[in-house]
Amino acid sequence: MTASSQTVPPISLRRRLTDQAMTGVAVLTVILVLAPLIAIFGYLMYRGIGSINWAFLTQTPKPVGEEGGGMANAIVGSAFILGIASLIGVPFGIGAGIYLAEFGRNRFGSAIRFTADVLNGVPSIVIGIVGWSIMVRGHGFSALAGGVALAIMMVPTISRTTEEMLLLVPTAMREAAYGLGIPRWRTTLSITLRTATSGVITGVMLAFARIAGETAPLLFTAFGNTFWNWKATQPTAALPLQIYVYANSPYDDWHRQAWAGSFVLIILIVTTVAAVRYAVRRGSFGAA
Amino acid sequence: MHGPQPVEAPGIGRATRRRMSPLLHLSAGEVPDFTFKAAMTACALAILGVLIVIVYELVTRSVLSWHAFGLKFFAGSDWDPVSEKFGALPFIFGTLVSSLLALVIAVPLSVGVAVFTTEMCPKALRVPLSFFVELLAAIPSVIYGLWAMFVLVPTLSMYVEPFLGKTLGWTGLFSGAPYGIGMLAAGMILAIMIIPIISSITREVLMVVPQHQREGVLALGATRWEMIRVGVLRNARAGILGGIILGLGRALGETMAVTMVIGNRPEIAKSLFAPGYTMASVLANEFSEATGDTYLSALIEIGLALFVVTIVVNALARLLMWSVTRGQPAKGLA
Repeated sequence: MTASSQTVPPISLRRRLTDQAMTGVAVLTVILVLAPLIAIFGYLMYRGIGSINWAFLTQTPKPVGEEGGGMANAIVGSAFILGIASLIGVPFGIGAGIYLAEFGRNRFGSAIRFTADVLNGVPSIVIGIVGWSIMVRGHGFSALAGGVALAIMMVPTISRTTEEMLLLVPTAMREAAYGLGIPRWRTTLSITLRTATSGVITGVMLAFARIAGETAPLLFTAFGNTFWNWKATQPTAALPLQIYVYANSPYDDWHRQAWAGSFVLIILIVTTVAAVRYAVRRGSFGAA
Repeated sequence: MHGPQPVEAPGIGRATRRRMSPLLHLSAGEVPDFTFKAAMTACALAILGVLIVIVYELVTRSVLSWHAFGLKFFAGSDWDPVSEKFGALPFIFGTLVSSLLALVIAVPLSVGVAVFTTEMCPKALRVPLSFFVELLAAIPSVIYGLWAMFVLVPTLSMYVEPFLGKTLGWTGLFSGAPYGIGMLAAGMILAIMIIPIISSITREVLMVVPQHQREGVLALGATRWEMIRVGVLRNARAGILGGIILGLGRALGETMAVTMVIGNRPEIAKSLFAPGYTMASVLANEFSEATGDTYLSALIEIGLALFVVTIVVNALARLLMWSVTRGQPAKGLA
């Protein structure tokens, strides 16, 4: 064997340049993706902090053309609708997740899993139309209809994350509980679900963050309202709806309030997501 | 044969008893278990029920329009509520063009970011980078729309569109008055919105590619880029395609941001500067003001079409991704 065949041939200049160039392209894509993110957050902070004031947080909208007023009723209305949605969506979502993890290792379970994934991809505006069709026709716009529409969007996400989290709990723990004579339902609730609590809560919070900013499903269900409303059967204001209406208006003061509303909304969502991330990293179970 | 039988072993199999009549033959201890399972099954059935209700409502409420227009509904380009003429072609066109434009912009960027985070980036940067990209996914649609209206559209009309018109105007794709509002703005904001989906799925798929694929290619003397191209991207093709299709599904159904910047005019224009209209936008704008049963029914038929398209697109994406992440064939073959 000659010496020349043992040495590695040098990598040609063309190949080395291509390698460098592609690294450059990858870095460029990262910059191009981060640029709008920074632009959106930066502009939102700039306009939001400049626009928010005490009146915005405590007053209801002024009549068209008048300056001032605020979105207090929309902030509370959003909380109201999200509360209704969670009350309906969370139990159903967790229940379906328990079914999938504990009883769903069969064809029916696979069908449910597939249905949940499909439901997750249904456009939110279509959910809005169906919400209108089953809840609003003949009854009128209501907070309850908005809550139901948002609940429909929560259930698939929550059920799939709950299932994933329950499956991470070792079978040995379930068997240990059965060995002690604990009935199956008790084992599931007090051992399996208990162990997976932090993961399940993560799923719920992420679903919550996702629906908190939804506008399309509320257009024909909660509809919006310029006054306070405390009844689940009446049209109710919601923050994303109000932002949409104000953004499309021709008034500068309403544009200002749309930014302030966006600021409040994004703070709500980002704190939720950040809290979830923090909890997952700290949580005893999240690491598994 | 195998020692003493369990004490409560029944004469006939438990399964048989249950099949005969579920509640009557349960022993006292089994009732809570049975109830629990029934309740959980009911929750799971609710998911199926919701899908059935969606299909039922959309179909029954669009029958009127289906009978009036038939298949011509999807071929006609007249949308005139006053004389009750409804053709959905401009909306289908707008939805397709804005979504495809979004893919053209978003796919290279998303794959680039995913490749950078999994293959090139220093470990310390990896977590914050994916966190920031995921943050993009957490921003509500209406806020994207607001930003697009007040920042993206003016930028486009003042700088980007005049420049594109001057340099590429001859193609016909970039001609006409640079208003900012229009198909280009819609495609760009959609691209920003679907980047997190495509890039996070691509990242997941790339991480599933076994480490020895990379080592094998590097051992043959490849540069890092050749290793990524041959050893990583080629192995992950199906999964990346799945992610892209999932992004497409999201873009097709996206409503608020698009409605705020696309111009909302039911026209079919060649230029990307021209205003357009999408299926989701026409629903958002006209549904609550629709007067007359045919009008309402025509809008719901658009909703049904949108629903069917997104279902098909999503199912396709799931199938592609299952073939990558579940089977893990590369590991099995080695």
